[in-house]
Amino acid sequence: MNTVSMISDAMNLSETKVLPVTETISGSQAIIKSLLAEGVSQIFGYPGGAIMPTYDALMDFENQLEHILVRHEQGAVHAAQGYARASGDVGVCIATSGPGATNLITGIADAYLDSTPLVCITGQVFAHLLGTDAFQEIDILDISMPVTKWNYKVTQASEIPAAIAKAFYVAKSGRPGPVLIDITKNAQVESLDFVYQVCRNLSSYQPYPRPNQMALAQAASLINSAKKPLVLFGQGVILGSADTEFLKFAERIGAPLASTVLGLSAIPTDHPQYVGMLGMHGNYAPNKLTNECDVLIAVGMRFDDRVTSNLEFYAKQAQVVHFEIDPSEVNKNVHADVAVIGDVKQTLPELMKQLDSNEHLAWMTEFNELHQVETKKIIQQDLSPNTKEINMAEVIGGLNDLHENPIVVTDVGQHQMVACRYAEFEKTRSLITSGGLGTMGFCLPAAIGAKFACPDRPVVGIVGDGGVQMTIQELGVLMQHKLPVKVIILNNQFLGMVRQWQELYFDKRYAATKMNNPNFGMIADGYGIANHQVTDREELASALKVMMDHPGAYVLEVMVAQQDNVFPIITPGASVADMNLGPLDINTNTEEHEERVDG
Amino acid sequence: MVENYNFAVFSNDQAGILNRITAVFSRVNLNIEALSVCESEQSGVFRHSVQVRCEHATALRLSKQLERQIEVIKAEFQVDDDMIQQEVALYKIASKSMLEQTLTEQIIHRHHARILSMNSEYTVIEKTGKRDESQALFDDLSVIGVLEFVRSGPVSISKPMANDAMSSDMSFFKQHATCDADH
Ligand SMILES: Cc1ncc(C[n+]2csc(CCOP(=O)(O)OP(=O)(O)O)c2C)c(N)n1
Repeated sequence: MNTVSMISDAMNLSETKVLPVTETISGSQAIIKSLLAEGVSQIFGYPGGAIMPTYDALMDFENQLEHILVRHEQGAVHAAQGYARASGDVGVCIATSGPGATNLITGIADAYLDSTPLVCITGQVFAHLLGTDAFQEIDILDISMPVTKWNYKVTQASEIPAAIAKAFYVAKSGRPGPVLIDITKNAQVESLDFVYQVCRNLSSYQPYPRPNQMALAQAASLINSAKKPLVLFGQGVILGSADTEFLKFAERIGAPLASTVLGLSAIPTDHPQYVGMLGMHGNYAPNKLTNECDVLIAVGMRFDDRVTSNLEFYAKQAQVVHFEIDPSEVNKNVHADVAVIGDVKQTLPELMKQLDSNEHLAWMTEFNELHQVETKKIIQQDLSPNTKEINMAEVIGGLNDLHENPIVVTDVGQHQMVACRYAEFEKTRSLITSGGLGTMGFCLPAAIGAKFACPDRPVVGIVGDGGVQMTIQELGVLMQHKLPVKVIILNNQFLGMVRQWQELYFDKRYAATKMNNPNFGMIADGYGIANHQVTDREELASALKVMMDHPGAYVLEVMVAQQDNVFPIITPGASVADMNLGPLDINTNTEEHEERVDG
Repeated sequence: MVENYNFAVFSNDQAGILNRITAVFSRVNLNIEALSVCESEQSGVFRHSVQVRCEHATALRLSKQLERQIEVIKAEFQVDDDMIQQEVALYKIASKSMLEQTLTEQIIHRHHARILSMNSEYTVIEKTGKRDESQALFDDLSVIGVLEFVRSGPVSISKPMANDAMSSDMSFFKQHATCDADH
């Protein structure tokens, strides 16, 4: 059996002019050399029995391939995600079999839902022990199957280069996603004749569907004739590195532009056509006017239920044009009148040839008017509150005022929604947040990964007192690598987002959401990380400045109002047009509570 | 409307691919009514025939999610009416009853079944046909006593020529797939 062709039918050996030189090396060395051949320079991981041969080989390549030792494998995979999302390159993490591999699963699932390119390498017991319940044997292929774009078990050394080549190709091409390669210990110690061929295509896989010309023409004519077009953009614009193409397209058609959570930072926040964020805690105007536009133009987004709320009341009046790379996303939630399947980096420029220059001033005014309403009812109070206690929004506002243009990495909860609502972005890839899975504990390790990817950009983590305790051990990485990541803990002494739902939808029965917290400053001290606690508003601006100016890692704990709520909110089950603008607005008698407490 | 859908999922030969395919159905809580796997007319390409009962919209969505799997080359689905279906059933009965009762022979004859194997202890009868036909034979043989009974589950092949059988959406996506060039 030819194992190479089993993994990768289209390894195009004839493509290379000269016959590649082979060398006889061990499987572990082949793993490292394959990673180097893919241009990897940093990997995140945690050692253990079944992956020890590979760690041993790593020592011989220390100056080419830096290994960052996390404190828990979940930290490794989130760091790899942060790395991938900040850089656009594939993030790589590595762990041992059994518990090491299962600890990766949450992050792999997160990457799957948020289309993050990852290659995860796990050690596995010797091939002859498979299926015997050997020490730390777990069938990670089966466990990871529903959350990986592709996975593969390598049981002999000769398979390693082709498996890794295919892993990288699958992870980064088309709609990106996580890939897991499970490598048995014998495959790591056996030797092979190593030659590396980059994978460029696979016969069963079409990552870049060619756009249909008829669909493009129909899309153009719908857009050209629209009186009230609304553009919804998502992470597809960022993943396709199509921010320039997108802006050209957007400016040509002159339509208002609204972002999904994951689309944030694809265009500058201060762009005149930008009308805010969509979804449950998004902005008033784009949500409400979704139900008044005549043509809804979705670009690289998937109509997540947090965006659409109740589909029965979603944009029923509009013709929908959907630009999407993944055919399985089209017509999944929202019917597309025209679907342009393809990479937006390619489809948008092709569309441009058929688009008229346009502007929609009266229509834009409607957005501005609604934005004024939101400003008066919510934003003003959020950013300059007259309360005694500090609130979350003003912390984000204070950060904006420093104009450092950081990469903002959030955790999950109220602070996440507040950060997404208020953080200002100039550059693409400036917001990293767990969108689809809503994984608490994401922030700190993802911020670490982002900082390794972009050492020249400030990286600020915004995290709740709950979420930070899920991966707080990763402060050890900041310590060991003297990594200047800034961590802002917005401490409301509650699992805030859940508490908010209890207040609004569960008769104020605060089940298990009050937290007695440790002294975060002392914890930071324990790691030798500079820190400060802010309780007074007067101190906030200077504390933020001190944090950003500090040369090393920094933990800034801001004590915020304990029982604040994030508004506006679309009550679960309601229409996007029925956003609640504040406590008095809320209809607590909603029949339909969603069982899933916030993402 | 819930109908019987016959999926033909063509994949590369890779360990675990069957799990990925069945998971697409089990994820939405669909019961797989019948499943068979064989190498297709194309060597190295495996055909997974999966039968489920669902709505057309679900079938369409699932077919796209099946095609999203890296090792899946294409996924088609058709309703029963567009398929020719056949299944094999085997019945084991005690041989003495065979010798004693000409009734058995009459039953076998009437059902166009045949004897596959016979010795002094037992007789194995084979029937190829539709589900209701193999069921009818089972019902008749039950009077004599069936020791063991097994059915292959239907295998199906599409009636129309390739493309018209596929949903229009599917042919649209298919025309963009490289796999067409390969095969
Ligand atoms: C791993 C995980 N467990 C549980 C949840 C459910 N959940 C969503 S938000 C939230 C509260 C978060 O509290 P905190 O980290 O303090 O942030 P805050 O909402 O107060 O800003 C919880 C428990 C989740 N999203 N992820």
